[in-house]
Amino acid sequence: MTDLDELYQSVIIDHDRSPRNFRELSGDGCQEAEGYNPLCGDRFRVMLKVEDGVVSDVSFTGAGCAISKASASLMTETLRGRTVEEANRLFDAFHRGVTEPDDDSTASLPNKLKVFRGVAAFPMRVKCATLAWHAMKKALQTSQGV
Amino acid sequence: MPAGGTLAPSDAVITPLDEIRVRADFPILERSIRGKRLAYLDSAASAQKPMTVIESMREYYAEHHSNVHRGVHLLSEEATTAFEGARDTARRFLNASLAEEIIFTSGTTAGVNLVAQSWGRSNLGPGDEVVVTTFEHHSNLVPWQVATQQAGASLRVVPLDSHGALDLGEYERLLGPRTRLVAVSHASNVLGTVAPIAEMTAMAHQVGALVFVDGAQAAPHFPIDLQALDCDFYALSGHKLYGPTGIGVLYGRAELLSQMTPWQTGGGMIQRVEFEGSTWAPPPARFEAGTPPIAEAVGFAAAMDYLSRIGFQAISDHEQTLLTYLTEQLETVPGITIFGTAPGKIGVVSFGLDGVHPHDVATVVDTHGVAVRAGHHCAQPLMRHLGVSATLRASLGLYNTRADVDQLVVALGDARRRLGA
Repeated sequence: MTDLDELYQSVIIDHDRSPRNFRELSGDGCQEAEGYNPLCGDRFRVMLKVEDGVVSDVSFTGAGCAISKASASLMTETLRGRTVEEANRLFDAFHRGVTEPDDDSTASLPNKLKVFRGVAAFPMRVKCATLAWHAMKKALQTSQGV
Repeated sequence: MPAGGTLAPSDAVITPLDEIRVRADFPILERSIRGKRLAYLDSAASAQKPMTVIESMREYYAEHHSNVHRGVHLLSEEATTAFEGARDTARRFLNASLAEEIIFTSGTTAGVNLVAQSWGRSNLGPGDEVVVTTFEHHSNLVPWQVATQQAGASLRVVPLDSHGALDLGEYERLLGPRTRLVAVSHASNVLGTVAPIAEMTAMAHQVGALVFVDGAQAAPHFPIDLQALDCDFYALSGHKLYGPTGIGVLYGRAELLSQMTPWQTGGGMIQRVEFEGSTWAPPPARFEAGTPPIAEAVGFAAAMDYLSRIGFQAISDHEQTLLTYLTEQLETVPGITIFGTAPGKIGVVSFGLDGVHPHDVATVVDTHGVAVRAGHHCAQPLMRHLGVSATLRASLGLYNTRADVDQLVVALGDARRRLGA
């Protein structure tokens, strides 16, 4: 598999074409944050609800490249039902996964997030892969402040 | 021409550009990119450098370097001669009347900021208007935004027609007694559209407004004759003109520069300094505070000499022929949209592929050795006008060939296949 084959795996193309949890979320306890990359114009809004320390629902809207959109989509699939602490740990593991994919600590990444390890061969695209994750982390911080 | 005879050199004879010889002048074109031949189609972002530019800077540092306008020793004299020689090369290259009208800056952006702040501070007031166009690069938009906001003045924007050309009827209506200055790009870095500067300048002067031209994209593609254009300010960048980064030229009409106050202050730009106050050196020194980019000026002059030797007629003929080929080939790619179809455009082609994001396409074509730009090209208002968040852009330089275009088209096919377009 070439670097490019690994970057644009079918699961990434699938989530770009048919993003999951691509919808508005509103109502009581909804926390949200925006991720915006002024260099490329990609912009996503991540919305989530935390109940008893657990992410009970999470969604996103916005537009961006295949990497950023698929990353947002797979992130929402992974996060539902996880504790806030687990979500923050996943953020760190995902970030390492797209920058140092051979690091042992990335072994704990859920398989569906390991598809992004190919991003490491394209340093210019790391920001695409982590855009929604940064927004998620920001949204979690706002919820903790409540 | 008689058989076996030779043609005497003459201005009337245009030597067509010799692709093989020109490409051999640019060492970077020999590089392989991810194992592939480099197809460099991003000259509008920054052009590559011929060996003569690289060598001129090496020689300057190895043999002649010191500070300029300072010492009495031989090296300082040589450095000063080289630096001022570069100024005169720029004057000739742009057909300005006086070397004093050529200010060395760090690039086009610095030139715009210099005029927006220095001229703007004493010439813009409440109710005044500055006219810009829809296709301005942020560097010829934001400085005017800031200057008008500081002065309580406002910006007016010239719209585009459906081909991406300026709507001159609307431009004429925007001009009026409140117009103090028109800031316009000579050529758009996104659409390739060339603005009719001489005509627009004549119209602006009729209402007493000055004209500032951002020539960053135009200067690499056709000769700039400042006396014929008759504009008041003209800024350009060395690195887009096959010269080094960190240097540019700001041309200003002598009588305007002499009335302008400094933008930045410090060494080299003063006449007399006392603790109570200072007086300013005449232009261009007034606007060149601090040690200037000397080696960059030398390299920039080498680039201008190089272009003059090849000749702009040959460069323009070559690029226009290739632009036609590039446009035809891109139109064979399914789902492509080309932004900017104004007649007489330069070799800059922005485009989109249906259903795929420009950044993904740019990553795929990069693995084919093809360098194109993806993004908003520092022209966010224009992107909104076009209804897109980003485009791809292929831009031509004098060293590009059909092989570069063919490599791009093959790469785009691969991008469509991989990205599911």
